[in-house]
Amino acid sequence: MAAPLTLLLIVAVTIRAALYRSSLADLISERVEVVSPLTAWKRVIEGLALLDLGVSPYSGDVFHETPLIIYLFHFLVDYAEITFMLADVITAVALYMTVKEYNKQVFRKQKYALEADRYPLDCLELIRSPKEMFYIPLKVAMFYLLNPFTILSCVAKSTCGLNNAVLSLFILSTVKGNVLLSAIFLSLATYQSIYPLTLCASALLYLMQRQYIPVNFRRVSFWWFIVQYAFMYLGSLFVIICLSFFLLGSWDFLPSVYGFILSVPDLTPNIGLFWYFFAEMFEHFRLFFLCVFQINVFFYTIPLSIKLKEHPVFLIFMQLAVISIFKSYPTVGDIALYMAFLPVWSHLHRFLRNIFLVCCVLLACSALFPVLWHLWIYAGSANSNFYYAITLLFNVAQILLVSDYFYAFLRREHHLSYGLYLKRKDGSEATLVLK
Amino acid sequence: MAAHRCSYSALLLIICSVSVFIVAYSQETTPAVDHHAAAVEDHPQATTDTTEKTSQQPAVEERSWEETEVEEVTLHEAPAGTQDTSAPETEAPSPVPQPKDDFKEELVIRPLHSGDIYASFQFRTLWETDFMRGNKVSHYRLFPKSLGQVISKFSVRELHISFTQGYWRTMQWGQPFQPAPPGAELWVWFQDSVTDVDGTWKELTNVLSGIFCASLNFIDSTNTVQPSASFKPLGIGNVTDHRFLRYATLPREIVCTENLTPWKKLLPCGSKAGLAVLLKSEKLFHSSFHSQAVHIRPVCQDLQCKTTSWELRQTLNVVFDLHTPGQGKREWSLFKMFSRTLTEACPLASSSKIYIDITDDPQGELFELSPATPLLSQAMVLGDRRTFSVYDLTQPTTFGTVRSLNLLIRWKSSVGGMLRPLLHAERYVAGYGLQTGEIHTLMYNNHPYRSFPVLLLDSVPWYLRLYIHTLTVTSKGKDNKPSYIHYEPSKDRERPHLLEMLVQLPPNSVTEVTVEFERALLKWTEYTPDPNHGFYVGSSVISSLVPSIVAMDTNITQDRPLFSSFFPCKEESSYFVRVYTEPLLVNLPTPDFSMPYNVICLTCTVVAVGYGSLYNLLTRSFQIEEPSPGLAKRLANIIRKMRGVPPL
Repeated sequence: MAAPLTLLLIVAVTIRAALYRSSLADLISERVEVVSPLTAWKRVIEGLALLDLGVSPYSGDVFHETPLIIYLFHFLVDYAEITFMLADVITAVALYMTVKEYNKQVFRKQKYALEADRYPLDCLELIRSPKEMFYIPLKVAMFYLLNPFTILSCVAKSTCGLNNAVLSLFILSTVKGNVLLSAIFLSLATYQSIYPLTLCASALLYLMQRQYIPVNFRRVSFWWFIVQYAFMYLGSLFVIICLSFFLLGSWDFLPSVYGFILSVPDLTPNIGLFWYFFAEMFEHFRLFFLCVFQINVFFYTIPLSIKLKEHPVFLIFMQLAVISIFKSYPTVGDIALYMAFLPVWSHLHRFLRNIFLVCCVLLACSALFPVLWHLWIYAGSANSNFYYAITLLFNVAQILLVSDYFYAFLRREHHLSYGLYLKRKDGSEATLVLK
Repeated sequence: MAAHRCSYSALLLIICSVSVFIVAYSQETTPAVDHHAAAVEDHPQATTDTTEKTSQQPAVEERSWEETEVEEVTLHEAPAGTQDTSAPETEAPSPVPQPKDDFKEELVIRPLHSGDIYASFQFRTLWETDFMRGNKVSHYRLFPKSLGQVISKFSVRELHISFTQGYWRTMQWGQPFQPAPPGAELWVWFQDSVTDVDGTWKELTNVLSGIFCASLNFIDSTNTVQPSASFKPLGIGNVTDHRFLRYATLPREIVCTENLTPWKKLLPCGSKAGLAVLLKSEKLFHSSFHSQAVHIRPVCQDLQCKTTSWELRQTLNVVFDLHTPGQGKREWSLFKMFSRTLTEACPLASSSKIYIDITDDPQGELFELSPATPLLSQAMVLGDRRTFSVYDLTQPTTFGTVRSLNLLIRWKSSVGGMLRPLLHAERYVAGYGLQTGEIHTLMYNNHPYRSFPVLLLDSVPWYLRLYIHTLTVTSKGKDNKPSYIHYEPSKDRERPHLLEMLVQLPPNSVTEVTVEFERALLKWTEYTPDPNHGFYVGSSVISSLVPSIVAMDTNITQDRPLFSSFFPCKEESSYFVRVYTEPLLVNLPTPDFSMPYNVICLTCTVVAVGYGSLYNLLTRSFQIEEPSPGLAKRLANIIRKMRGVPPL
């Protein structure tokens, strides 16, 4: 199993290295779909240049990376390409190991359930075999490494790749059951961009499931575990933030990084929903809609956790998707991370309703982004509405994709408990509906 | 108290009458009255003043050459920046106390090599008073009250404001006497007693906006900077902490009649008498370049600088394009330029002169001046020794028998080439599309063998996001590292970028400064009413000490003894020049202004699709679909339910 992975890594690194050397690299690093004001490499360089001039990088409104990133690249700026390739490799390997471990657990659970005769008889075709699960980890790594979105993001040196690496390490340590590392990586991810905060719930659910702690509000062990995890998480977050403070000697980075994420002052077009909405917003409604849109990202955590409390890994996937759709400065790198999980849910394909349509829309939109951008910005023959329309469609397609997978997952669970071929009272074949 | 003041003024009345008696015998005419006492006597004094002036003219005539000598001293000193004035020296023989205020007016006319005419008016009011003292200054004579109140209320130490229409073409016209960028420019040094500088600055700009009928109220934190080195105080005082300096430009400001009228009102004679009668807006604004300015600064009253006085300098520079190449005939006159002739000097002015630059034509070969004048004056202007013909308007002979002066220059042959200005600069935006761009600033050093440093100041609005790491300075194909860089990055919607740097310009070279920027998408309410016209970026300011042309002259031995000319260093070996580049016009990407409602609806719809589909899956559960009963059955069931009978 290691050989194909190595081969994959070599291929991926070769593609990236070739693109770094080509003239496309400059073009890609300017694309608004690939880099956002938060993650652009140009702005990292600018921050370093400002430091060299003796100006605090946070005194202006160009640099919005965290102090740890600037400290990292203070040493690694000459090896940036290797750093970003390494980040992608780390992400892919971490995802590979995560999925491998997860599959093992899924298989074990399935075995117990089979032994306990918990599945209805006609559900045997829903049972997953080790043979089909064997290549899933490799497919996940491949989906991440060879995804054009990831490649673009890496070639543009978007720091989104680093965030993805941290997130994948968090997922790996969670799935492996390491509470401390999970908390540390989660706090790092939160420190990088606030939104991964919502992954806290899924990590807790998973770790409790693994340690056989029932999710019961009346149990002391439940609360004790939450306190433990929260202590580790908040403690490491506190340590990281204090470290940042001591690196630069001021708290300027807090408004400049987190204030920037939350208040969305930079309306540079991207693939998200925020930029045009707030460019066209009436000033006195601005704060209200800002709150609505930001709450929207965090809002789904609780209902999703309740619905999916038995399936924390799927919950992680759902939350990653929700974050990457509704966050304030999304890039294609964020999308690539949750898309890497799609092979894990390949057994759901028989329940997906409109995957073909959604895939076509996503592909068409990805192709139309640069075209309409060119028409608006360079040719002047289109206006902003064209590009905006494509972002809308792209987001609708993503929402449909995610909700389709969610539907399929729920439906499979339903079938696993009630049987695959359901009959009406009168014996005719039944159709399932949501009520 | 009142009785005391009464007796005081009575005493002074006697002194005044005595002084009038003395004045009748003295050669100099300016009456000198104690400042406080003059309150009652001001106007009668002024009238006697003028009558005496005319009666004393023959005596003045004899002294005319002497006076030009003195004039040479003042003109010589003025560009070098020293502030002592000649007024006290000429009045030395008078036994009366010196006047507390003094007004001078002058007009310099320079025929430019391009065939245009450059006319520069200067009106200077000096007043020995202290606005900053506790008691308020309430009596104003020559100094405009509106500006005096501004100085005392806002604790202003220095104020420079200019309104300019058109761009000064340095390569065709040479250096101007008072450089100014297109649009409005305002820079103010506050006293170090001011605590809330930003608040005071905001109020001051609003007040000035009212005084000059200009849109200075658009000056806010997004276009105000604090240059660290480029704008030093021009008056006395050595506080150079740039926390008390504010600089702002409005490159878009249109200058027109409504700005000229309040400016003229600040003059002691208004536009009723003196040189100001020439300032008719229908001619002034029919020109290639128009720039009017007000400069207020504290200056020394004497060599020891024991007392300071406030100097108000009002300048107006205008370039007329009178040359029509088709006709081949070149002549101009005051009447042709201003559609007025001069009949008298301003009665309140202690000096009123017209200077015609005849440096290029000392022998009268190129053009002839009529009426001719015997008075000549030499002065160092911008590093060059210039010769001027002088017309003294305080003498009746100047106006001749027709009682009006209409200066006329008739060209005999076309002029040769002009010496290129030693320093000039230009600027443009490179790149295409609305995403990124590059600002190029070119600075030319035309000196054949000397390099000199220049200070470049750039203030770029926040919506052009500069990337300072892309800054390159190259001259002669080589990297030219600035020895000093002061950079303040912008804050969105708060403050602009400020970039100041000290660059050494190698001799005979072009230095190119480039920096990349990114164009921001603004909120729809932040665009101007004509967003596709573009956004203006104010001129770069280049300040430098330029080696003077006189020092450059290799043939210096011709008018000097040999022993004095070995070392090229002279007192006037370099002079201060400020050059403004063109303002930039930059296009930004625009949203569609017609559809805020549509955008709000459509985006909210997408969010609702996301919310709805997740809500649907979260709250509902899978159930087997039962065929819905027919309408009749449903109605029957409702009725049965009401009756309390089990449904069908």
